Amino acid sequence: MRKIADWGNYPVIEADVSGFDTTAQLQQKLEQPGDVIAFGNGRSYGDASLQNKILLTRRFNKFLSFNPSTGELCCQAGVLLSEILEVFVPKGWFLPVTPGTKLITIGGAIAADVHGKNHHVDGSFGQHIRSMDVMRNDGTVITCSPSEHAEFFQVTVGGMGLSGIILNATFRLKKIETAYIREESVRAENLDEIMDGFEASNDWTYSVAWIDCLAKGDAMGRSILMRGEHATASDLVEQAHKDSPLIPKNGLQLGIPINFPNFVLNPLSMKAFNFAYYNKTRPGTHKHIVDYNSFFYPLDAINDWNRIYGKRGFTQYQFVIPKEAGREGMRKILKRITESGLGSFLAVLKLFGEQDSFMSFPIAGYTLALDFPISVKAMALFKELDAMVADYGGRLYLAKDSRMDAAMFERTYPNADDFRQAIAMLNEGETKFSSLQSKRIGITS
Amino acid sequence: MKNVLILGATSDMAQAIAKKYAAAGWSLTLAALEKELLEPIASDLAVRSGAEVQTLEFDATDFSIHRKLYDSLPTKPDVVIAAFGYMSDQIEVRSNDEDIRRTIDINFTGMATMLSVVADDFENRGSGAIAAISSVAGDRGRQSNYIYGSAKAGLTVFLAGLRNRLAKKGVHVMTVKPGFARTKMTENLELPAALTASPEQIADAVFQGLEKKRNVVYTLWMWRYIMLIIKHIPEFIFKKMKM
Repeated sequence: MRKIADWGNYPVIEADVSGFDTTAQLQQKLEQPGDVIAFGNGRSYGDASLQNKILLTRRFNKFLSFNPSTGELCCQAGVLLSEILEVFVPKGWFLPVTPGTKLITIGGAIAADVHGKNHHVDGSFGQHIRSMDVMRNDGTVITCSPSEHAEFFQVTVGGMGLSGIILNATFRLKKIETAYIREESVRAENLDEIMDGFEASNDWTYSVAWIDCLAKGDAMGRSILMRGEHATASDLVEQAHKDSPLIPKNGLQLGIPINFPNFVLNPLSMKAFNFAYYNKTRPGTHKHIVDYNSFFYPLDAINDWNRIYGKRGFTQYQFVIPKEAGREGMRKILKRITESGLGSFLAVLKLFGEQDSFMSFPIAGYTLALDFPISVKAMALFKELDAMVADYGGRLYLAKDSRMDAAMFERTYPNADDFRQAIAMLNEGETKFSSLQSKRIGITS
Repeated sequence: MKNVLILGATSDMAQAIAKKYAAAGWSLTLAALEKELLEPIASDLAVRSGAEVQTLEFDATDFSIHRKLYDSLPTKPDVVIAAFGYMSDQIEVRSNDEDIRRTIDINFTGMATMLSVVADDFENRGSGAIAAISSVAGDRGRQSNYIYGSAKAGLTVFLAGLRNRLAKKGVHVMTVKPGFARTKMTENLELPAALTASPEQIADAVFQGLEKKRNVVYTLWMWRYIMLIIKHIPEFIFKKMKM
């Protein structure tokens, strides 16, 4: 038994933790009755990969095959996105979809069906999976794809690990000429401006905004829109970049060595941070060539940044509301957050494209993600926000959640009922896949 | 192209070490008890860096075949890394004769017989480097794991002697003493983060240590001093301590 938590350090539990190197070892582990859940790199925020018995997948992390003419990669599910980038960026390939951290496993990326800055163009990660092998609770392995065992595939993509243990997956990387991104950043003075900005950026492959959630009144929603394209060889200007276009020149790696005391994060310190970030960008449009790490993974440059929130831990509140409700809805929700003064230094806004998946989070609309240190006040605020999100036809991201109740899940995920039944059927037998989250929100008993 | 032979190639440390050598352009011979576990490891190295990888079944306790096994290698290695080892929960088995024997056979006798074969070849060729994973547990006998510790102590002395024998023949021998390591042996334990090395850190220490011809490497520097202190506690006090 040992203490274990996901990225938010809330909740922290005692669990029986073990990994596996082979499918035979995994089969043996699944022969023991009880509830179990897969745990990748611990970057979901709450309790989605926590359970009394945890199966670590990180050791199951081998590249199995790569086809250099198509970019098709087959790898085991414990491989990190960062490992794929390290190996394949120098060869001229990039991930089809990546979230804001590269420190997640392929299994986690599929189970949470993660999205990135190109969702409006390329959809979610799961939409790029051509085939995968998944071990069920009885130890059998199902090879599934959008056409083979399609229903099982559907409940596994975005299924939060409840249908089985993802063993390996096949998907295509995309060709790049350089390890750099041609980035434009645009300062937006308020919410209307940033939403106009997103709609005018539909042709860009990547778009995202950092929003200052502490700015109030007329300045509410002031933000920086960042949009980008993979830089071609001819886009590069600096000689050092041109010399080895696929080997990025990265910045410093910093570390947060200890948990910060709780008092470090207060409205003043957060305001200072947000303000500094905002003022880095002068009004107007700015063009830069940046390495892919700075563009996609700015926070990965700070090791263990979650410790900044102290021992109490934190959660990230990420919701999406449909585009029609977007402007009014976002204004009201943001207003409530700014009034509370509890908001975070990290707030990310993004316009999703269409997606019609069985259980995945994205729908066409605006998504906002904010960190909150865990506190009684914050918990009360979330309840209020939940009601607003649900009223606007929105929902919360399961990969970030540690506290939503079953009623909220039921109300906001239209396939909740069918998903519950499918998982109950798949879980027949003495070994069951379930997490603290799946119990809390009523997917499993 | 240089070749590295890794004995006990399925351990987490060994896998991380293999990645370092593959990335540096070496060809690899991976040997382990369960050959089928080596297949995905070999394909992984090939996809990562296009490295040439051969796999081979190797039983550390089958002492009599160690020479034959080494002689049959199509490519004789430039570097040999012995990373195999065995640790049981001593509290459960401290009086189990089979487990005591197994602990000593793998951690000491198997190392000694296999590395003696390698030493003969390297001595003849007048070149080569050997690194073996010993342990800080061999620096002083402690009640919690003195059986494992005594086998590792034997290994440490064996390596020191081998180093002394081969130094003048142009062959380098390096002793590696990881402290706590985050590997499958310890995945269900809470370890102090500052004192716990990842397999990648250990791999870096081994790779760079061999480049720089280090003699004894503690993978995290603190361990050298922690063990220095532990070694110097007088026995009449030490015997009453719980360690």
